[in-house]
Amino acid sequence: MPNIRIPTPLRKLTNGKEEVAATGATIGALIANLETQYPGIKERICDESGQVRRFVNIFANDEDIRFLKNLDTPVKDSDEISIVPAIAGGR
Amino acid sequence: MTTAPVPSLRPSTVTGLSCRECGSKYPKSPIHVCEMCFGPLEIAYDYAAIGKLLTRAVIESRPHNMWRYAELLPLDAPPVVGTQTGMTPLVRADRLAKRLGVREVWIKNDSVSHPTLSFKDRVVSVAVSKAIEFGIGTVACASTGNLANATAAQAAAAGLPAVILIPFDLEPAKVLATSIYGARVVGVKGTYDDVNRLCSEIAGKYGWGFVNVNLRPFYAEGSKSFGYEICEQLGWRTPANIVVPMAGGSLVTKIGKAFGEMEKLGLLAAGGNRKTKIHGAQAAGCSPIVDMVLENRDQVKPVKTPTSIAKSLAIGNPADGFYARQTITGSGGYAGKPNDDEIVAAMRLLAETEGIFTETAGGVTLGATIKLLQEGRIGKDDGPLVVCITGNGMKTQDPLVGKLPTPELIGPSLADFDRLQASAQ
Repeated sequence: MPNIRIPTPLRKLTNGKEEVAATGATIGALIANLETQYPGIKERICDESGQVRRFVNIFANDEDIRFLKNLDTPVKDSDEISIVPAIAGGR
Repeated sequence: MTTAPVPSLRPSTVTGLSCRECGSKYPKSPIHVCEMCFGPLEIAYDYAAIGKLLTRAVIESRPHNMWRYAELLPLDAPPVVGTQTGMTPLVRADRLAKRLGVREVWIKNDSVSHPTLSFKDRVVSVAVSKAIEFGIGTVACASTGNLANATAAQAAAAGLPAVILIPFDLEPAKVLATSIYGARVVGVKGTYDDVNRLCSEIAGKYGWGFVNVNLRPFYAEGSKSFGYEICEQLGWRTPANIVVPMAGGSLVTKIGKAFGEMEKLGLLAAGGNRKTKIHGAQAAGCSPIVDMVLENRDQVKPVKTPTSIAKSLAIGNPADGFYARQTITGSGGYAGKPNDDEIVAAMRLLAETEGIFTETAGGVTLGATIKLLQEGRIGKDDGPLVVCITGNGMKTQDPLVGKLPTPELIGPSLADFDRLQASAQ
């Protein structure tokens, strides 16, 4: 099962766990499976239309899924998935 | 420059944090993301209280630094560092104006910002002072250079350890100007966006004060001082047009907020609200926000591999892109993206007409200004046009190598010089 890194703001839902495992063949399926394990987590990641929220970035093996196939991005058991709040600034 | 103390603060004018997307409220703490929707958190102010405290006369009576607007900045105690930061020159640029064919041009010149020669001194002064209020022991940042310099310097001045994470291929001058302050510098084999992402994970794990991550709501407010100063220096009036460089899109958003607050608090002179058109500038090699404006989109399409010489603006996935575009289009402004040759040409133009040597980002801003004038997005007789210069050219000399004349070489004799002069005529 792919591992999913959970950002601080969502750890209250995962009982404090930084990393959880979920099953599914795509990112979308993984999120649906997460929801069955940790009810309420999906609405924090996706908006009412089911799309990933504007301020959420999801990475599959360090690749932003916006550069892949978004929620349809396929995942393998060995994949590392990260959910990261969007931030900016820097320079 | 005066060394008088900054005004000691009255009861805090900050009521807490609120989510810009869903409005959820949070107490003042080092957090930057809404737990409900991941939206960015913003400082909530008691504007009624500020309105009673802050008048033009009160501001004018204070020392010439960014803390003359203290009630509009998110500290609860006097600043610990950066007490002399801000109030950089607003230079009337008549020779540049003539070259551009414009009546009135001003350069807001943060290339001479104290202490590290970029506008990042403003945001870091707020962030490091706030970190101390929160009792945070280590400050850190993700940076493409200017922020690294500013954070390392202010941390040193505060006596705090600093950890600075940068993309490994930064300009050597910017790396050196960070290490000198005794900061720990970590080069990350990736782009700025990779560094940023890593920092958001480190911040959660180590409890450090990342100025542009968990201290971000406080940090970003420091940019407003850039906007307040422009208004005050124009005689408590906003400009007709302003062109702002964009990386993450925060500065342009905060300048819009600053102008709005000045209006709301009655700090502008009669007729002083010129309904400023706010324009954004990015390099053609990394222009996700400009493209949103040009293509009329409200979704950021991240740039995976930035290619511009303007590394200080090379943020491929700007989280404030949505708000930056909203600020620009809502003001009736537009956006421009010069290519690398146009950036260098604009750096040279500013140096040759006004004696101001800006970094590549300044070339982006002036290059975009030239495009906006050519396209008629900025009218030549609109009124005051402000070009925001936010960094110093001494830090990014590499792109100029081979593009400027080399010194003429002679022996140490008058005859040699005479010969040189004769051949030059």
